Amino acid sequence: MDTTPENSSLTSSATGQSEPVGSGVESSASSLLSLRDITKSFGAVQALRHVDLDIPAGQVTALIGDNGAGKSTLIKTISGIWAPTSGTMYWQGQGVQVHTPRDASHLGIATVYQDLALCDNLDVVQNMYLGRESTRAGLLDEITMELATTQTLKDLAVTSVKSVRQVVGSLSGGQRQAVAVARAVMRESKLVILDEPTAALGVTQTAQVLELIRTLSSKGIAVLLISHNLNDVFSVADRIAVMYLGTLVHHGPIANYDRNSAVEMITTGKSDRVPSSLASSN
Amino acid sequence: MSTETPSDAGVAQSTNAGVLRLMITRFRRGDSGMIPIVIGLVILCIYFQVRSSSFLSVGNLTNLMIQATIFILLGIAEVWLLLLGEIDLSAGYNAGLGGGLATILVDQQFHWPWYLAIVAGLAASTFFGALWGMLVIGLRLPSFIVTLAGQLGLEGLLLWVVDSQGTGGSISITQPDLYNIVYGDLTPLFTIILVVGTVALLSFSLIRRNSSRAARKLESVPALLMSIRIGGLVIAGGLLILIFNTDRGGKFTSIRGMPFAILIVGVVLGGCTFIMNKTKPGRYIYAIGGNAEAARRAGIAVNRYRLMAFMMTGLISGIAGLVYVSNLNGISDGINGGTLVLYAVAAAVIGGTSLFGGRGKMVHALIGGFVIATIYNGMALIQLGAPQQYIATALVLLAAVTIDSLARRGSTLVH
Repeated sequence: MDTTPENSSLTSSATGQSEPVGSGVESSASSLLSLRDITKSFGAVQALRHVDLDIPAGQVTALIGDNGAGKSTLIKTISGIWAPTSGTMYWQGQGVQVHTPRDASHLGIATVYQDLALCDNLDVVQNMYLGRESTRAGLLDEITMELATTQTLKDLAVTSVKSVRQVVGSLSGGQRQAVAVARAVMRESKLVILDEPTAALGVTQTAQVLELIRTLSSKGIAVLLISHNLNDVFSVADRIAVMYLGTLVHHGPIANYDRNSAVEMITTGKSDRVPSSLASSN
Repeated sequence: MSTETPSDAGVAQSTNAGVLRLMITRFRRGDSGMIPIVIGLVILCIYFQVRSSSFLSVGNLTNLMIQATIFILLGIAEVWLLLLGEIDLSAGYNAGLGGGLATILVDQQFHWPWYLAIVAGLAASTFFGALWGMLVIGLRLPSFIVTLAGQLGLEGLLLWVVDSQGTGGSISITQPDLYNIVYGDLTPLFTIILVVGTVALLSFSLIRRNSSRAARKLESVPALLMSIRIGGLVIAGGLLILIFNTDRGGKFTSIRGMPFAILIVGVVLGGCTFIMNKTKPGRYIYAIGGNAEAARRAGIAVNRYRLMAFMMTGLISGIAGLVYVSNLNGISDGINGGTLVLYAVAAAVIGGTSLFGGRGKMVHALIGGFVIATIYNGMALIQLGAPQQYIATALVLLAAVTIDSLARRGSTLVH
């Protein structure tokens, strides 16, 4: 994967992790979203422990880890399903409180969950605008909505959806994913979180969705991609963050990793092959 | 008409030549809409006309439409809830209660003005709709059970209210305004103005919408299909004027013009269709019926719209009740609200509305209501009794859902 000029600062922020966790470091300037010392407990269970993560704009950050590693807990914290027990979130350098999904969406964080939350009986346009329909004189303004939908899909180079007036129930899995992502983008999101977007898809459709993810990041949108599929991760991600038993054990540019080290970290929480110092510092 | 050019955006712009092919594809996809049931209705009409020459007389057709009003109105009431995947089994008795209350309040004993009595009746029906809604939403009870209890409770309440008047279980309408809902007519001139105006308005809005879509290079309806639709509207309007404005009074009296009840059905149907297609609440009711969780996450106040649907069902049941008491010229404690509501659900389903939510239209109640009224009316004309009527309705209901389900087997649509 090509390294952008930005990567130099990112690498420094990656090496910055060797500092002790929870030392109150300010968010790195280039990050859209920075998590510092995020902890989330459910009663006695600590689902997240002292998580530090930087998500830069215009890049795809892959969040990987085994089942139960805390990936879902982390994205639900970011998207406001629940508040963290302790720790701070910085959005564009500013400390923010995200207590509800609405808070997150006001900031520009959109989460596309695995179930996509689409209404199968409504068409593409109706789904894209669900809950925020354009109106004229109090009535639904179908033409404006349809034009904007068509434009958004065109911007994202989604060509597989033939008509924006077909019901979503008639679309393939990849097309549905594209509609859900396009909906997030149309709401002017700056960070799009994708939860296992390729989990149920075939080869062609997976390729379409990965292409869509590349398009998003090329438009300056930050993407946080949760995936079990290392093929997908290594084909689109610019950065990797590995979770293990509630801890973010490692994160940095994808160039620092290969498949073997990634698998090792997912399964054991550490790897000797990774050049960063974090794994050894733990 | 314009020359069709393949649009650069790759939008499927159907050409006139493709209209038939498009319709066949739609039919195969199970998206045929109401075409099969309309064909079925035409076949029924032909059959009854062959068996009894008076079936298609203007007097009988008006009579048939009046008979259909109760099924159509209650059917529209049910569609509000069926779209959410809910049901109201109490609608028949709720209608009886609303109509009965209005009848009692204009009676000699109370002397309420007719409009206040009507408002009171409708308010009572809306109240009970809201009550079922609050129980279903607040306590998360299934609407089937809540409204089944409601059906029994309202039957009891109706018996009590009607019998308490001490008129032996039935109350006649003594006041002309309630009576005239069904038995009063618009003047022939007003009938013409109303029908022509409605046809013109609908055609105009169809054309305007289509041309503004075409102007922005959006998928638009080809001119041929557009002319078919508008032609259909004009023919339907012409037939209505012909039916209503021909004298149906027989030898001694002259009766002409559209009965008020038909106007009421038109206003309710038009109003509900408008809400469903053009406003946010309508859109949200479809969304909630399709995927309530998705609607909730999209920020829609799901429970508010569910409650609204329950109240609309109550309100429209009340309107149906007014037409009902007017038609029967009173209210009796023997009204069979249980059968009425099942006919109403059958009307909606025959028209094509799903019981599982998210799919259906207000106009389905119109078509289904006509089918049921046609069977009811036609079989009476050819001297078949209640047993045959029930069995025939059962077969039509089964046939309608079977055709629908078979067409949907290979369908790309959900349900």
